Amino acid sequence: MDLLLILFETGFWAATVRMATPLLFGTLGELICERAGVLNLGIEGIMAAGCMAGWTWVYFGGDLWTGVLFAAFVGACFGLLHAIFTVHLGLSQHVTGLGITMLGAALSSFVFRMLLPNITTPPKIIPFAPVKIPVLSDIPVVGEILFRQSPMTMLALVAVVAVAYVLKKTPAGLALCMTGENPSAVESQGLSVFAIRTTAVVIGSAFMAVGGAFLTLSAFDAFYIGMVNGRGWICIALVVFASWNPGKALVGTLIFAAFDALQMRVQQQTAVALPYQFYLMMPYIFSIVALIVMSRRSAYPKALLVPFRKGER
Amino acid sequence: MRLEPRAHTSMAMTILVPVGAAALALMSCSVLILWAGASPFLALTLLVKGSLGSVFALSETLTRTIPLIFTGLAAAVAFRAKLWNIGAEGQFYLGACAATWLGTGAIDLPPPLLIPLLFAAGAIAGGLWLLGPTLLKTRLAVDEVVTTLLLNFVVLLFVNWLVFGPWKDPMAMGWPQAEPVVDAALLPPLVAKTRLHGGLLIAVFAAVLFWVVMKYTTWGYEIRAVGNNQAGATFAGIPIDRVVIRTALLSGGIAGCAGVSELLGVKGYLTLDLSPGFGYSGIVVAMLAGLHPLGVLLSALFIAALSIGADSMSRALNISNYIADIATAISLLAVLAGMMLTRYRIRFR
Amino acid sequence: MGEATPLLSLRGITKRFGALVANDDIDLDLQRGEMLALLGENGAGKTTLMNILFGHYTADEGSIEIDGAPLPPGSPKAALGAGLGMVHQHFTLADNMSVVDNIMVGVEPLTRFRRNTAAAVAKIRALAERYEMDVSPYSLVKHLSVGQRQRVEILKALYRHTRILILDEPTAVLTPQESDHLFATLRLLVDQGLAIIFITHKLREVMAASDRCLVLRHGKVVFACRTATTSSEQLARRMVGGELPEVRRIAATPGDPLLELGGLSAENDHGYQLLDHLDLTVNAGEIVGIAGVSGNGQSQLADLVSGMIADFSGTFMLAGAPIEKPSPRQMVRRGVGRIPEDRTATGLIGDMTVLENLALESYWKRGFNRLGFLAAVPLRQRTAELLGRFDIRCAGADAPVRTMSGGNMQKLILARVLAERPILIVANQPTWGLDVGATAFVHQRLIEASREGAGVLLISEDLDELFAIADTIQVMYQGTLSPPIDPARTNAAEIGLAMSGQRDISQAMISARD
Repeated sequence: MDLLLILFETGFWAATVRMATPLLFGTLGELICERAGVLNLGIEGIMAAGCMAGWTWVYFGGDLWTGVLFAAFVGACFGLLHAIFTVHLGLSQHVTGLGITMLGAALSSFVFRMLLPNITTPPKIIPFAPVKIPVLSDIPVVGEILFRQSPMTMLALVAVVAVAYVLKKTPAGLALCMTGENPSAVESQGLSVFAIRTTAVVIGSAFMAVGGAFLTLSAFDAFYIGMVNGRGWICIALVVFASWNPGKALVGTLIFAAFDALQMRVQQQTAVALPYQFYLMMPYIFSIVALIVMSRRSAYPKALLVPFRKGER
Repeated sequence: MRLEPRAHTSMAMTILVPVGAAALALMSCSVLILWAGASPFLALTLLVKGSLGSVFALSETLTRTIPLIFTGLAAAVAFRAKLWNIGAEGQFYLGACAATWLGTGAIDLPPPLLIPLLFAAGAIAGGLWLLGPTLLKTRLAVDEVVTTLLLNFVVLLFVNWLVFGPWKDPMAMGWPQAEPVVDAALLPPLVAKTRLHGGLLIAVFAAVLFWVVMKYTTWGYEIRAVGNNQAGATFAGIPIDRVVIRTALLSGGIAGCAGVSELLGVKGYLTLDLSPGFGYSGIVVAMLAGLHPLGVLLSALFIAALSIGADSMSRALNISNYIADIATAISLLAVLAGMMLTRYRIRFR
Repeated sequence: MGEATPLLSLRGITKRFGALVANDDIDLDLQRGEMLALLGENGAGKTTLMNILFGHYTADEGSIEIDGAPLPPGSPKAALGAGLGMVHQHFTLADNMSVVDNIMVGVEPLTRFRRNTAAAVAKIRALAERYEMDVSPYSLVKHLSVGQRQRVEILKALYRHTRILILDEPTAVLTPQESDHLFATLRLLVDQGLAIIFITHKLREVMAASDRCLVLRHGKVVFACRTATTSSEQLARRMVGGELPEVRRIAATPGDPLLELGGLSAENDHGYQLLDHLDLTVNAGEIVGIAGVSGNGQSQLADLVSGMIADFSGTFMLAGAPIEKPSPRQMVRRGVGRIPEDRTATGLIGDMTVLENLALESYWKRGFNRLGFLAAVPLRQRTAELLGRFDIRCAGADAPVRTMSGGNMQKLILARVLAERPILIVANQPTWGLDVGATAFVHQRLIEASREGAGVLLISEDLDELFAIADTIQVMYQGTLSPPIDPARTNAAEIGLAMSGQRDISQAMISARD
C-alpha cells in the first residue's frame, strides 16, 4: 500500500520529471539521428563529453547557459565525426558509434584529469537552481511538478514540442523523415542526402551532449568519471519504445523515470527486502523489457543503418 | 566526392591499413602529450620501453595480451556473423563467477582436470548469458546491441552484490573480493618471477582453433555466409537461427574463458576490477585484426603494449593514463576508415 | 529542323569507369513537343547517360545545354531547376509516406517555417485531373498499385514544372493496357509542349510511340533516325550489333506431373492474402510460364516452391509426394533448382568467392562435407568444371562474386542449379537486366533442361520472354492463376487483359494439354 501512496505525492512526480530530463534530451537526440536513417551509438560517449564540457566551462568561470551551449558545441563536433564516418564514408554505424563512445568517454576523462590534476574530492560548482514560472507554478499539483523545475528541465519539455513541430509541420522535417525512409526519394528531388543526414546527426548529438550537461549543471554539482552510467544506451532503447515519435518519447522517458524514482523510494523507505544492487539493476532491465514489448510493433525508419551512395539504387 | 568500388584489394593494403591506423592513433596522442607539456618523442620512447623494453615490461604486456586475445576472438567471431555482441564484458565476469563458484573448494580435482573444467564452466556461463539476447534477436527481432550492452551493467551489479555480500571473503580485511580459488586451479606461471601465466598458451591455441573453424569447416562457412548476406544465406537453405545461436555460444563462451583465465592466472580471486574493460577493448582488437582470428593475436599484443606502456609513461610524465583509451578509440576509428579504403577508392568530382 | 534552338542538347558526352567507357562521345538533341526513344541493350550506357544528364554523375568530357544555357554538371538541383524531370525504373518513393509528402519534399525551401500542404494537394488534384491520372493525394504510397506509383512519379515531375521528362524503362512493370494508358498520357504531355525521352529495349513501344529514336551500343550512338523511316528489325540489328542470337525451340513432350499445387493459400506476416486458392500443375518436360503484373503474388509463388514459405493451406505435392513443412534445404534435397528474382540480394553472397557461392546449396552434401570440414579438392574440381561448362567469366575460383558482371552472376546461379540435376526448376525473372547474349544463354539452358525431363516454372513480367520459350502460359492476378493458355493461340493483348484482372479467357486460347 505504501507503494501506491507514493504515486500520489507531488514530490515523487517532480522527481520523476527531473530524472527524465537527461534521458529526454538523449532520446530526442537519438530520435533525430535515427529518423534521418543513422543509428548513433556514440550517445554514451557524447553524453559523457557533454557532462565534462559543461561542467569544466562553468568551473573555469563561464556562466551556466554558455556552459550548456559549449556542451552542445562539443556534442555537435562528435556528431560531425560520426556523420563523416557513417554518412560520407558509409562505414558501419554500429562500430563507428562504439568508437565514438570510447573516444568521448576517454577524452573527457583525460581532459578532466589534465585540467584538474591531483585532486582527491571532485570540486563543485553552483548548478542551476529551480525557477518558479510566474502564474503557472501556482497551479496546484501540475504547477509543482512541471513549473518549479530546473530551467534545463523546462528546456527539455520545450524541446519535445519543438522537435515534434519541426518533424511534422516543416519542409525540413519532411525532408529529414523522408531521408530515413528512402534516401533516393530525397536525392531525386534535388536535396542532398549527405547534407540532411549530417545536419541531423550533428543536431542530434548536440541534444545528447546537453542531456549529459544536465547531469553536471543541474542534477549534481560535480563531475565524476563514469557518471553517464549507461543512460545513453537506455535512450537508444527508449527511442524504440517511443516508435521514433517525440511525443511518445516524452511518455516513455516519464514512465521510465517514474519506475526509476519509484525503485529509489522503495529502496529508501521499505525494510530492505532486496540488496540495493538489484534495485540499481532495474533501469537496465526495464529498458530490455521495453524493447521486448515493442519488438513486434515498432515501425522503424526503413533506411536506418543503410548507407547511401550516390548513383546506386 | 564519391566512392568507387575496387575490383581487387592488394595484400599490402590489407596489412598497411591496421599498421597505419595504429600509427595515426599514436600520432594523435602526441598532440595531447604536447598539450600536457611533455615531449611526444620522449613519451613514445617511454611507452615502448615500458611495454617491451625489459623482461618485466614484456611479461606484463604479454600478460595483458591474454584476456584481449579471448575477448578479441569473441568479438571477431560474432561480428563475422553480424551478431553485434557488445556484452563481452558481462560474459567475462560471468565466466569468472562460474570459475569462482566451482574453483574455491567446491570441487577437489588435480590441476590437469580442474583447470579445463573451470574453463568449460566459464565458457558455458558466458555462452548462456549471450544466448538470451541472441534468442531475443532471432525470435523477436530485438536489437542485440542494446540488450548486450545493458546486460553488462546488470552483470557488474550482480558481481558487486556477490563480492560485497554472499561471496565476500572474511579474510580480506573488508575488501570487496571473493574467496581465492584453490591452488590446484591456478594457472602455472610461464616465466619465473613474472605474472605471465599458462593462459597465454590456451589463448594462442584458441586463436588457431578459431582460425581453422572459420576457414576450413562448414560451421565457419555458414557463419561467414550469414554475416555477409543473411537473405542470401536463408535462400540457400542455411539455417540462420541455428548458425547465429551457435555463433553466440562460441562468442560468449570464449569471452567467458577470458574471465576464467584472468581469475586463475592473474588475480586468483574475484573482484570488481578484474577487468578494466577487456570486453570493450576486445572489439577494437577484433576490428584492428580485420576479424581474422590469427590477426587477433597481433592486435591484442598491440593494444596490450599500448595500455601497459601508457601506464608506465603516464607515471613518469604525470600524464593521465586515459591516453591509452584515447589511442585505442582512435585506432578503432582509423582502422575502420582504412578498411573502407581497401574496398573503395575515393574520387573527387 | 535545325533553325530552332533545341530544348536539350548534349555534345560529346564521355564517361569512363576505370577501363570501361560507359559513354563515348555522345551527341543528342531534343526539341519541344518531341518524344525520343533511347534504345540499347542492358549495359549499353543508357542509364549512365541519364544519370549524367540528371547530375548524379559528372561526365569526364562534353557539355549539356538546356534552351541554349549550359547546365552545371553534377548537380541534381540544377537539373531540376532547369526543368528536367526523371522517372526512375525503381521508383524513388518512400512507401510509408503519403503521395503529397512524396511530391512536396524538396519543393518548398527547407528554411520555411510551415508546410503548405493544402495548396500542394489542390495543385496535385488539378494536375491529376488535367492529365487524367487518378491518384488520391493522401493515400500512403505502399497502398498504391505499380501503375499508380508511376503516375505519382510523373506527377512529381509535373508538379515542378518539368519541361523535359525522362522515363527509364517505364513499361517494365506494366501490363500492355497500362502501357497504352501511359503512352496516351505521355502523348498528352508532348502535345502541351513537353519533351520526353524514354529509355527502353522494347521495340514495339518505340515503333508505336516515339517520334525519333537513338540507339546506343557499347556507350556509342550507333544509329539515329526518325521512327517513321525505320523498322523494328533494323533497330534490333543495330541494338545487338548483328543478327539476334537464335534460341532453338524443341517441341515439348510433357510427362508426369512434378509439381502440383491445389487450393493453395498463403498470407504474409501482416495477414494479407498473397496466394488465394491457387491451382497449378507443372509436368515433366515442359516450361510453364507465369505472367502477371508484379505484386500479384508471383514472388510468393516462387518463394513457396523455393521453400521460403512454411505456412500455407492447401496441397503441395512434389513428384507425387506431399510437402508439409517446406524449407529451402528440403526443397534442394528433393531436387528443386531455384533461380531467385534478385541475383545480388538473395542469389549470391557478394563478398564470398566464386567457389564458395557455387557450393552454397551443396556444401553440406556427402563428398563436400567431411566430418564438418569442407573438402577442398572436390570443391575445387567441381568449380573448375562448372566455370568451363557454363562459360563463366571471372578472375578465378577465389575472386569475390561482387566483382562479376550481371550476366556472369546469373550464369553462376544457373550452373549451381543445373549441376545438381534438378527435377523441377523455378526461375523468377531469370533474364532481368541481362543483355541479349546472356538472355539467350539462359533461355537455351532452360529449354534444354526441360527437354531432358525437368519441369520448369518460369515467372516473368516480360511477355516477350514467355512467348519465346514457355510451352504454356498462366496469368497470375491477385494470388490466383488463370487456366493454362496455349501461347500459339493467343497474343500479348489478350494476356494483358487477363493480367489486369479481366478473366473471360476464351476457350480457344486454353491449352490443349488438359
